[in-house]
Amino acid sequence: MYKMSNKLRLSAIIFMVVGVLGIAYGFLQAPSSKAEAKEILEHKSAHVDSHAEEANTHQVSEGNAHSSEHADEAHGYEHLEHAYHQMQNRPWSAVFVPMLFFFLIAVGALVFYAVQNVSQAGWSPLLFRVMQGISNYMLPGAILIYLFLILSSLHLNHLFVWMDPETVAHDEVIQEKTPYLNIPFFLIRSAIILLAWVWFRRVLVKNSVKQDEEQNLSLYKKSLKLSIAFLVTFIVTEAVVSWDWIMSIDTHWFSTLFGWFVFASMFVSAITTIALVSIYLKSKGLLEQVNDSHIHDLAKFMFGLSIFWTYLWFSQFMLIWYANMPEEAVYFVSRLENYKLMFFGTVAINFIGPLLILMNSDFKRINWIVVLTGVLILLGHYFNFFLLIMPGTVGESWALGIPELGSLLFFSGLFIWFVFKGISQLPLVPKHSPFLKESQQYHY
Amino acid sequence: MANYTLQALYEDDDHLMKAVKETRSGNHHIEEVYTPFPVHGLDKAAGLKPTRMAITSFMYGVLGLGVAIWMMNFMMIDDWPRNIGGKPSFTFFQNMPAFVPIMFELTVFFAAHLMVITFYMRSKIWPFKKAENPDPRTTDDHFLMEVSAEKNNVQNVAEFLYATGAKEVTLKQS
Repeated sequence: MYKMSNKLRLSAIIFMVVGVLGIAYGFLQAPSSKAEAKEILEHKSAHVDSHAEEANTHQVSEGNAHSSEHADEAHGYEHLEHAYHQMQNRPWSAVFVPMLFFFLIAVGALVFYAVQNVSQAGWSPLLFRVMQGISNYMLPGAILIYLFLILSSLHLNHLFVWMDPETVAHDEVIQEKTPYLNIPFFLIRSAIILLAWVWFRRVLVKNSVKQDEEQNLSLYKKSLKLSIAFLVTFIVTEAVVSWDWIMSIDTHWFSTLFGWFVFASMFVSAITTIALVSIYLKSKGLLEQVNDSHIHDLAKFMFGLSIFWTYLWFSQFMLIWYANMPEEAVYFVSRLENYKLMFFGTVAINFIGPLLILMNSDFKRINWIVVLTGVLILLGHYFNFFLLIMPGTVGESWALGIPELGSLLFFSGLFIWFVFKGISQLPLVPKHSPFLKESQQYHY
Repeated sequence: MANYTLQALYEDDDHLMKAVKETRSGNHHIEEVYTPFPVHGLDKAAGLKPTRMAITSFMYGVLGLGVAIWMMNFMMIDDWPRNIGGKPSFTFFQNMPAFVPIMFELTVFFAAHLMVITFYMRSKIWPFKKAENPDPRTTDDHFLMEVSAEKNNVQNVAEFLYATGAKEVTLKQS
């Protein structure tokens, strides 16, 4: 049995407390009226004027907006309103990004567990409890996300433009989508999907715990069938979730491989988290039967799925870039104009990093290299989620400041808390798992 | 001085693996092992050095990438500038996304084909080459291990090989 150390407990609490302060600061700092937003903008543009020699695209576009303000008062007002909404959205988006990221990591760990069951893998049963422990974050994560979606549909924020009846009234494209994108249906399907996922997690883990007590092959068969049912349900509902929670932010735009793209990102992050937690537990002298070959296999998944993510990233980018149709290209234009460094930075961190570091077979067995690459991958995929959500909600008013770091800290603290609580509740070896012996003897 | 080689035939890859380990720990010299299919872990058990094929593969891949970049630049930018996707920029960098699939394919193509050719050369296999395996059954369902022996020790080694589970042992003199 693993017991959460006081040090870990304390750091998780500190993360959460500091994170809450950061989030609160974000909400207090957001402008509550247009006059306040105007003040911030003017302050910013004064700053720009004094640093005119450091001209970049961001400043140029702002300068343009200002000159047009003199020419056309109405346009200036529109710009102010736009910027005001973006600034108001910022603390909400800052919360939404890590909230989604960590929740999908927890779901991804359960998916990986189900994949092990369905493929009847022999190498992995020693890591089952790590996967189940990580998925322990699913319930609190689901509750928080659902609360957030309810607050969004109560118009407390404007992350989802299609929720605003006034916008929809003037927008024919969204009007055509309202049979699908309307608040009641949105909330109902989100609730059903979250409940289904959490339910599958509950029964899968319960079944696995029951197996510890008695040697019974029917329990194993039940796990197998449940896992098949979960994977089939998951891959459909995950696509729905990625359209609803992420793609609908850019309401006009759509991409047919979006579900896969989000899946690749969450899956590689989840397997990275499994590797990091396993190595952490090993460093505490637990999981002593987990050897370098198990870590090697996890690192292979990290390597391969990083390439898979890049493949989808590029497939999406290249087709839209090539066809150059305005209604599609606008998605990448908004990212390239205001997020250029981060946009290409994610490819560097998530593709070139793992590709070059983990290519060597021996490096996949060296724990500190796996940890280093793992931290890199998690950071890169946080930025990936940042890029999925921020450009559509905050646009050019984005920053990586206290609200963003605060909510990242808060959710990582919450995640650590529930993950290690989950691991400490179960014995670390799934005793009667039929493939346990193979896993214990596993070597490359 | 004549060299004596004993050829021990096994019926199962598990028996072979066990025999290879025992032979090595018994301080006998394994010259070669013939198997109908790749046996997992045999290279390590027989004490072979790790293959350097992966390194050549990486180098061939980089070569393929280089060739692709050079080729696309020559064809689409220098020799006959193309307007790609309605974006007449005529620079390599701005048209690069269109070239990535070709860069990827040629990287894989070079790595795969040159690696196979390297493997053939290192294994000394080429078309019309006569088979070197001592017993045709090793291409079907048998496993053969060749162990060298001193003249006055042949009987001992043969007995040792039978003890490791060999189905039959033949003596070859060269």
